[in-house]
Amino acid sequence: MNLALHYPVLQVIIPMLMAPLALLVQHRKLAWLLASVTSLCAFALAIAIAQLVLQGSSYAYPLGGWQAPFGIELRVDSFSAIVLIIVSGASTAALLAGYQSLAQDIEEDRASLFYAAWLLALAGLLGIVVAADAFNIFVFMEIASLASYILVAGSSDRRALPAVFKYLIMGTIGATFYLIGIGLLYIMTGTLNLSDLEVRILAVEDQTPILMAAGFISVGLALKAAIFPLHAWLPNTYSFAPHAVTAFLAACSTKVALYVFLRIDFFVFQRTLSDHAAQFSIYLLPLAVAGILYGSAMAIREPLAKRLFAWSSVAQIGYIVLGVSLVSQAGLSAGILHMFNHALAKGAIFIGIIVLASQCQQLTPTALNGLGRKHPLIGIAFVVAGLSLVGIPGTAGFVSKWLLIDAILEHHRWSIALLMVVLASSLMAVVYLAKVCETLFFKTPETTVVQPLPKLAIALLLLVSFANLIFGVAPGLPLELANNAASLLLEHTL
Amino acid sequence: MTAVFSIFLLCLLVITAAAVIRTTNLFVAVMLMGIFSLLIAVSFFLLDAADVALTEAAVGAGISTVLFLSALAALTEEERKQAGGRVTALISVSITGLLMAYATLHKPDFGDPSAPAHQHLTPWFMQTTAEQIDIPNVITAILGSFRGYDTLGEVFVVLVAGIGVLFLLSSPRPSSQDKRSSEGLKHYLIPRMIGRLLIPFILLFGLYVQFHGEYGPGGGFQAGALIAASIILYGLLEGQQRALAVLPIKFLRLLMASGALLYAGVGVVGILRGSYFLDYSVLAADPVTAQQVGIILIEAGVGMTVTGVLLSVYHAFVARGKLQ
Amino acid sequence: MILLDLFHYWVFIAILMMGFYTVIAKQNLIKKLLGLSLFQSAVFLLFIGIAKVDGGTTPILHPSISTEIFSNPLPQVLILTAIVVGISTSALGLAIVVRIKEAYGSIEEDQIQSKDESA
Repeated sequence: MNLALHYPVLQVIIPMLMAPLALLVQHRKLAWLLASVTSLCAFALAIAIAQLVLQGSSYAYPLGGWQAPFGIELRVDSFSAIVLIIVSGASTAALLAGYQSLAQDIEEDRASLFYAAWLLALAGLLGIVVAADAFNIFVFMEIASLASYILVAGSSDRRALPAVFKYLIMGTIGATFYLIGIGLLYIMTGTLNLSDLEVRILAVEDQTPILMAAGFISVGLALKAAIFPLHAWLPNTYSFAPHAVTAFLAACSTKVALYVFLRIDFFVFQRTLSDHAAQFSIYLLPLAVAGILYGSAMAIREPLAKRLFAWSSVAQIGYIVLGVSLVSQAGLSAGILHMFNHALAKGAIFIGIIVLASQCQQLTPTALNGLGRKHPLIGIAFVVAGLSLVGIPGTAGFVSKWLLIDAILEHHRWSIALLMVVLASSLMAVVYLAKVCETLFFKTPETTVVQPLPKLAIALLLLVSFANLIFGVAPGLPLELANNAASLLLEHTL
Repeated sequence: MTAVFSIFLLCLLVITAAAVIRTTNLFVAVMLMGIFSLLIAVSFFLLDAADVALTEAAVGAGISTVLFLSALAALTEEERKQAGGRVTALISVSITGLLMAYATLHKPDFGDPSAPAHQHLTPWFMQTTAEQIDIPNVITAILGSFRGYDTLGEVFVVLVAGIGVLFLLSSPRPSSQDKRSSEGLKHYLIPRMIGRLLIPFILLFGLYVQFHGEYGPGGGFQAGALIAASIILYGLLEGQQRALAVLPIKFLRLLMASGALLYAGVGVVGILRGSYFLDYSVLAADPVTAQQVGIILIEAGVGMTVTGVLLSVYHAFVARGKLQ
Repeated sequence: MILLDLFHYWVFIAILMMGFYTVIAKQNLIKKLLGLSLFQSAVFLLFIGIAKVDGGTTPILHPSISTEIFSNPLPQVLILTAIVVGISTSALGLAIVVRIKEAYGSIEEDQIQSKDESA
């Protein structure tokens, strides 16, 4: 039995199978341990897949032994590999760091349900990434979405409930739009397999319904990916969710939707719709720019640290979209690498929030006052992650931002204007980071409750912050994967 | 004749939908939604989708209505009248509508047997079902085997919903409320007698649908919904406590977890026997028999999870009871 | 038959729009969920409409059925899945609404918002 052959499916079914088991374990620590170990396994598997993919093997896994397009197929390439690493890595880090923090939000008898939902969210996200069938993507998108609603609703803050309801409504509308798009595609081509669709779409004479399908699918996925102006669900969801859940979802869930967006757009539509590359730019580029500026501006205005970083996510999604909307090798690889680097930076920041929140009762605007001075190590690690978010040289964020600027200068009509946007938003990022730093270091601490520091969370914070520095100096594996992914996507354009 | 009936039915659908939106009594809206589901189920049946019709009737008209009603018990019944602020909604809705209508002008005639949607994969499904699985219901063959991975995902969607409802509704209550356990209709003789007569038949029909899914319309989802419906009916008649005595919460939790595990487990056997995940043909010596065994096993898993989830969800809603 | 086909499509659009409108415009959370159900049901109707083949019958192979034309089974399978996804979403949504009612004492969106702002 060649186990490596089964890696793509194992990646999904290991967390999936563990979820019902976690449900039956009626013990907080055991359920957490089970979820963490499973997540760690998924992470190891993702790295193994990435290495195999880089050695040149490409995966097509026929489920049930039925060949595509009749059966469902899984496919893994460099693009999927990097997203698999982001998802499983974010889940592992957030789980390990989040034990104490989650224990404050969730009662003992509900903990096993929560961790089962976590595993299903993980399995759903991973399942979307490896799927190569348009409808299968829908099914796993629903698993991931429903599970994330549960995770967000785990918060003890009542404001999480209206936020999650909004998230549910908008998420379901997005998924249903996607389903309408799939239906239109199926009418015209009679298939659901992505690579089969790419071939059969060429034979369709009247392209108008295909255009409609592209519209519905793009809008549906843009809702899930929180691309400006469809980001309305994001800030409240991220700021009121349990801290560990924010660390997990902020690092990866919108990126998975973006991944599907890119994959379907490039693999299915680019070759057929005339001038699609140009249209892709015309629609996405202004949205990206608006998202970057709006998200940064809102972040500056926001007094609450956690919500501030949620707004900054809107801006950072804008960077990724800006990169890919250039439809060039450099732009795509910058965008994809930024998915990884942003996950790294935001993951570290929200893990930092977990640690800091353990030192105060509630995350009010003044709660974090002086905490950085009190615990310098934590403060510095937090700032390092923040600098990576801004894109200071020496951090991971710098590498992808530099690539992005490079791609803009390479060949774009409005390169100077776009350059100004990137620079302006970087300055704005400096401003909102400075605001947080001021709170952490230069304000007198409130009389906070002295609570034991969560050691595992601090270890994770240091580790991930350090990773931001490492990948800033030697981007190695992610850069290689992003480059491969970019050329892979470009192969499918005209 | 069918065409006239179809058009009549479709008009009724639109009218019912409008009524759902217009009424301000939520109880009425939910009941109208049940009628809407029943009407749309009949439409599906007229469009040759017997399996889908059965599912919509059991899930949409039956279970969904029960869940909405049991949730309404904890909420207010009247919708507050609202004023204004609907212009943006109207605009975005009309844009989408116009776009959709625009797309119709170009869509091919669905009904034409030579349309691409009917020529590409369908002949292969028909032929392979006859040759390699040898069961009459092509829907069950696709659902269980060709696209068994989607169905696995679907089972986990149900499981996730079950987990979610249990998680949300097991949180400690904000204020002290006494636990209300419903008395049922113990004091109403006629519904109780008729209901009692119905329960064994619903249960029997559920089991029939479960095990006959390969030959006629039906399968694990519909069966799970029907079996759950019969227990819910028992709970409505005799009170929640009696229903819980038949199938306690712990058992339901075990049922929903083990159904999902059974399905995924059957898939893993495929890997262990040296083939692909969810390849049933290695389950027995003869590949055709093996496919059938596989489908029966996974349908059983589906039925278990759906029954377990629907019943636990129902109990969770009822137990949350009325707020004072 | 073409007319009936088009009529199906229009009904699909009408119900889709009605559901969509309800989700966006109504303040009542239960109404929003009902609108979401309508919205999804419309899509089911679209898919089942695609599956219908003129002169075809339910795709169940049986020696006694002599006809060679069957309706397309694949969209029907997809909708079986989608129906189950729909009820799962509704159930979860209802649970959230029950919790919102307990936490805020209201299920009207604007009232909930104003309660958070004043707090």
